[in-house]
Amino acid sequence: MANKRVNAVVVGAGAGGGVVAKELATGGLSVVLIERGRWHSYDEHGDDELTSQRTFPLKCGFGPDNERNWRMSPDGKNGWVKVFPNQWSYGNNAACVGSGTVSYGAMAWRFQPDDFRLKSKYGAVPGSTLEDWPLTYEEIEPFYEKAEYEIGVAGDPTNDPFVPPRKKPYPMPAFSLNGEGIILEKAAWRLGLHPFPIPMLRNSVPYNGRPACIRMRTCVGYACPVGAKAGTQNTVIPAALKTGNCELRINCMVSEIMIDDKGRAKGVRYFDADNRLQEQVSDIVVVSASASESARLLLNSRSRLFPAGAGNNNGWVGRNIQDHAYAGAYGLFEEEVYDDVGPGACIAVNDFNHRIPGIIGGGVLCNEFIRMPYQFTSIRPRNSKMWGIEHKDFQKRYFRRHIAVHGPAQEMPVFDKKVEVDPVVRDFWGIPVARISGSRHDNDIKAGRFLAEKAEEWLKEAGAVSTWQAVPGKESTPSQHQSGTCRMGNDPATSVTNKFGQLHEIDNVFIADGSLHVNNGGYNPALTILALGYWVGGHIIDMWKGTKMK
Amino acid sequence: MISRREFVRITTAAGAAMLVSFNTSCRNKISRWRFLTGEEISLLDAIVEQIIPTDDFPGGRWANVSNFIDRQLDSYYRKHQVAYREGLSAMGMTVFQLKGRKFEELPFAEQTDMMEMMESGTFPGDYWEEHSPAGFFNMLRDHSLQGFYGSPVHGGNREYISYRMLGLDYPNIIGQNRYKDLSWRIYDAKSPANGK
Repeated sequence: MANKRVNAVVVGAGAGGGVVAKELATGGLSVVLIERGRWHSYDEHGDDELTSQRTFPLKCGFGPDNERNWRMSPDGKNGWVKVFPNQWSYGNNAACVGSGTVSYGAMAWRFQPDDFRLKSKYGAVPGSTLEDWPLTYEEIEPFYEKAEYEIGVAGDPTNDPFVPPRKKPYPMPAFSLNGEGIILEKAAWRLGLHPFPIPMLRNSVPYNGRPACIRMRTCVGYACPVGAKAGTQNTVIPAALKTGNCELRINCMVSEIMIDDKGRAKGVRYFDADNRLQEQVSDIVVVSASASESARLLLNSRSRLFPAGAGNNNGWVGRNIQDHAYAGAYGLFEEEVYDDVGPGACIAVNDFNHRIPGIIGGGVLCNEFIRMPYQFTSIRPRNSKMWGIEHKDFQKRYFRRHIAVHGPAQEMPVFDKKVEVDPVVRDFWGIPVARISGSRHDNDIKAGRFLAEKAEEWLKEAGAVSTWQAVPGKESTPSQHQSGTCRMGNDPATSVTNKFGQLHEIDNVFIADGSLHVNNGGYNPALTILALGYWVGGHIIDMWKGTKMK
Repeated sequence: MISRREFVRITTAAGAAMLVSFNTSCRNKISRWRFLTGEEISLLDAIVEQIIPTDDFPGGRWANVSNFIDRQLDSYYRKHQVAYREGLSAMGMTVFQLKGRKFEELPFAEQTDMMEMMESGTFPGDYWEEHSPAGFFNMLRDHSLQGFYGSPVHGGNREYISYRMLGLDYPNIIGQNRYKDLSWRIYDAKSPANGK
């Protein structure tokens, strides 16, 4: 039986898709939200480190699975090798209801105003497609605020002189610092830096019908046992379903956006939970499947008018994929600094986010989330013994006596760092798989090294007796912070969507995820993706009221 | 999975009648292991004890790390079955040729020497076809650490031994040891405790 026609299909129930589905459903549109994964709960996963979304030697607990999903990755010899979700070279992002917002660390950063006008601030960057965003910080600010209030953020910007301008305070007070946070805060003040508590999409007090955080050590990479961590799965998606206008279809893999002879979308094709090919006809298609999978879906949607994929007649879909060039340092201490108060990350400085001579961007520096025992087995100074009694001694002595500080150095968009679809290899359903390739820009390495240097100085001031740096390399596969593959812009020749996330080439197809980012800020991108969800969703509603998108 | 015939071919081709006979003798017994043989387990027990030795806390053998690996070889690590079958056999034969004794019968320090050779790539690779001694060593090392430091739900880390060693309360019981009173350190931007 054919599926009933609806106003909008939203592909992907993550940060962007969850918000858009809720905005459209509350705006009166009939919505089908399609998710390739399913619902997950804490009880199913517990605190199992080996199947978390942080360390995943056995599997990525929150998906996707290795049995049906794979990609191609450069093999270093001008060829390609098949890679699976629990390999770093795959570049995974969770596949479930809520996607990354179920298992993320939940940092709630607004990008800096300068992040939206990076080219104007720094000038053109050779080797990069760097451009200003078509929207300003001032335009997106109300949507950041909406995300902070509807999803729920705890924070206190009092001590951050570089905080992006905000009209209202955070809806919840900031989290207290854990033991290492207090040590680092004092050290930062002594260095003349400006430490402040990291804003978090996590309840510091009961909020929106969910309880306060119980400070689990297993937070990032895990589901929350009490629902204190806010994701789309426990906020906007339930709200969307409650309207009665939104149907969520889980375990459904979208293979193609159907395009008619006039060059407009008429819905999507997908494989349902029983792997039967289905069609869902709609007035609008919203793609929010993550930077890699959204690009893959557009590229796989070939038609007479779009032989290279939907909205890709200019060849920009899949280009400029970015993540972050994470960099930092580790410090060893004489005394115990570990107090088992999760999630660990709590203190940050914005002093190295812009305002660095010779470096474009930079990034925030934070203490790291708690390193669990298996993850800690690989955290060693260079040339350390990686097994045997020496390794065990280190584990025993330093698990509770080390601090990690790191930060997401902003990456420059590079045209040849890209997502393509493989011409031969297909996944379980027969859909051509993504292949991701390309190298980082030199600025990313430079910015990373600078951040690592500063992280090390901070740890030394905090009393570390031994320190070492971790710096980014040229090669990387964007994963949980992936962005940029369908970027927004005013010039249809060098971008994929307009400032409202609407494809330049197909007016009833929208993008609402990290793909839209022109650049990815020096911050974890979740709050920006949520804010863009509200931004895009709001504009779809406005357009709908006028024209019904006919 | 490697067939029994293939296993016999590899091992006999390498002239290891010794190991073949061990394998045959185990064949009709009910094993507590899923993929590995009793002989392979006794070699693996010695290896995991090298990766995580006993000191004032138990080591890899006591923590059931071999059980963890055997269990994964029958589930998530099916893709590594050939590597383990070939690797353990090749390692056993090489050590026997070099030392005249089985690896697990060598003194601990001599076992360590063998492991060092494997890690550094100086261990003879004659009996390996698809993998190398160094590659196999890296896999053993990583899997052993997973078995010792990962969650007990996967068959290792007996009684949360590594968690106890690191001073982590265990298991994490929601509503009991995780509700901590942190009211004494609510973040206050103006408080002297915050460093200003």
